[in-house]
Amino acid sequence: MHENTSLIKVKNLKKWFAIRTGFFTSLISAKQFFVRAVDDVSFDIKKGEIFGLAGESGSGKTTTGRLLLRLVEPTEGKIIFEDRDITSIGEKEFKPFRRRMQIVFQDPYESLNARMTIQSIIEEPLVIQGLVGEDMAGRVQKALEDVQLTPPEEFLFRYPHELSGGQRQRVAMARALILSPEFIVADEPVSMLDVSIRAEILNLLVDLRNKYGTSFLYITHDLALARHICDRLAVMYLGKIVEMSNVDQVMLEPLHPYTNALISAVPVPDPTSKRVEVVIKGEIPSPINPPSGCRFHTRCPLYIGEICRTKEPPLVEVKKGHYVACHLHVK
Amino acid sequence: MVLLDVKNLKTYYYTLRGYVKAVDDVTFAVESGKATGLAGESGCGKTTVASSILRVLSTGGRIVGGQILYKNIDLVKLDEEEMREKIRWKEMSIVFQGAMNALNPVYRVSDQIVEAITLHEPDVSKKEALERAKKLFELVGIEPSRVDNYPHEFSGGMRQRAMIAMALSSNPSVLFADEPATALDVIVAAQVLKLLKTLKEKLNLGMVLITHDLSIIAELCEYCVIMYAGKIAEYGDTVTIFKSPLHPYTIGLIGTFPSINAKERMRMVSIPGSPPDLLNPPQGCRFHPRCKYALEICRKEEPKYLEVDKGHFVACHLATKT
Repeated sequence: MHENTSLIKVKNLKKWFAIRTGFFTSLISAKQFFVRAVDDVSFDIKKGEIFGLAGESGSGKTTTGRLLLRLVEPTEGKIIFEDRDITSIGEKEFKPFRRRMQIVFQDPYESLNARMTIQSIIEEPLVIQGLVGEDMAGRVQKALEDVQLTPPEEFLFRYPHELSGGQRQRVAMARALILSPEFIVADEPVSMLDVSIRAEILNLLVDLRNKYGTSFLYITHDLALARHICDRLAVMYLGKIVEMSNVDQVMLEPLHPYTNALISAVPVPDPTSKRVEVVIKGEIPSPINPPSGCRFHTRCPLYIGEICRTKEPPLVEVKKGHYVACHLHVK
Repeated sequence: MVLLDVKNLKTYYYTLRGYVKAVDDVTFAVESGKATGLAGESGCGKTTVASSILRVLSTGGRIVGGQILYKNIDLVKLDEEEMREKIRWKEMSIVFQGAMNALNPVYRVSDQIVEAITLHEPDVSKKEALERAKKLFELVGIEPSRVDNYPHEFSGGMRQRAMIAMALSSNPSVLFADEPATALDVIVAAQVLKLLKTLKEKLNLGMVLITHDLSIIAELCEYCVIMYAGKIAEYGDTVTIFKSPLHPYTIGLIGTFPSINAKERMRMVSIPGSPPDLLNPPQGCRFHPRCKYALEICRKEEPKYLEVDKGHFVACHLATKT
């Protein structure tokens, strides 16, 4: 199923959001502050792969997802789709690429226009891409069948408010699928849904990958779900990737203390198991003034001294395909 | 020791389209020093149970039957005045869902805690109340000097801790926590849950934890109530519920929680369908349209809520037949 060719490659991607200062502050000091939402991130997503991006809120995972689709313009770095550098090509040139990459947003209660019917929501991408007339009704029906909203006729003329949360998220997925994209960003697609239907959406995602070989960037804060969905997983902390490997490696033999802490913070649905608690102190620092050196050193339980505070650890490959950015593992 | 005994509680919401049977015949108990988890999907009535007990139902909500026995007083019979003066905060208190929004942004946190104390205990002076607020902050793990901050100066986790401090301000015996970890990040959530656990042990609190996340119940609670569509599907001690569940809904719900410790990747399990409309719940067992084991009897007759084993209650025809 996996071809080993990468579909999308990201190199040293950065996004710094400038902070607006008031008029008087700008008189006193000309210094410009930035929120370093994504700070030097590199990875690649292979064809037919579900690549997970995990982290706490504020770690920059959503911004990374949006950068890949150029919904946010990157400050620095490169995004390469197949062999084409799409980082700075113009909107007109980029439009054909939009057909090949789509997104499913987090909240299906907000991402669907309440005043449009399901049919017009799903066919809108076709309209925008100028594919009107090419058997539009048939394609809409097929997209609905793909997301298991059957029979399609029953849904075509309904409005979003008539559907449940899970059904809405399926509509959002059908909208993303109708252009048969090769790459879909799924930004926390189940965090707003009830536990009993979460699995349906995630299984659907896996099925679509198996059926069409679509690549996914799956953004999540729920590691227990990522464990069972993703092929590879990257863990982000304050705009940087701290660890990246295939999902079994990251979950069973985490190397970075932060990954370890994240995993041990997830409650286990078994009252008899006693988990090893590595509760780390405090909360994620502000990305405006990230800590020097290793960004995790202020909370790290395995702080080894001076070097963590002063030198930023690079992301290096310690085992085959297992990358980690921590001084403990870099000689 | 049983602190709170809820018997056959029924709470309906009156709407223009009829009444919504949000809580329909719910029976369970809360013991001191023990936590009881209320679990279920959204709309199953778990929050309504808590607001019925504290009598803070939103408009249209009414307790139409049953008893809420707290230290042998039936709370259903008390009027609003008595509830406020005797029960709320002094005996039971609640940490609401989304604590970040439950604090008033324009008042200092200290003022808000002091207000809660002086409102329920009029003979306490403001100065004493402030001292108490500082002690409470220490108890929940916030630097006491920060009581005078405004809510926006706190992080999400600190606000949640401040809300817990406020709920504990008049030494209640029962604490309700409504989705205490939902809006928080994994690590912060783990810290807050650990805090709740230590507080429960230290203050011998009877705790009611309302959550949709069964893994939190597995970690924190001694007893577990699984609710579905306003009714209790299964109730018992947590180990029994997780290790030998009897109700198909409980089995399904446990199955939807993948374990992070799994050695291999698994396909996720779901419960197809969605919860019923409580304006006209289905005939018979309310779960039958989604139940894969449903029999003829399930469509017609409502299953009784029976004790199948000591302290293990279940409402399912299949489980209680033999």
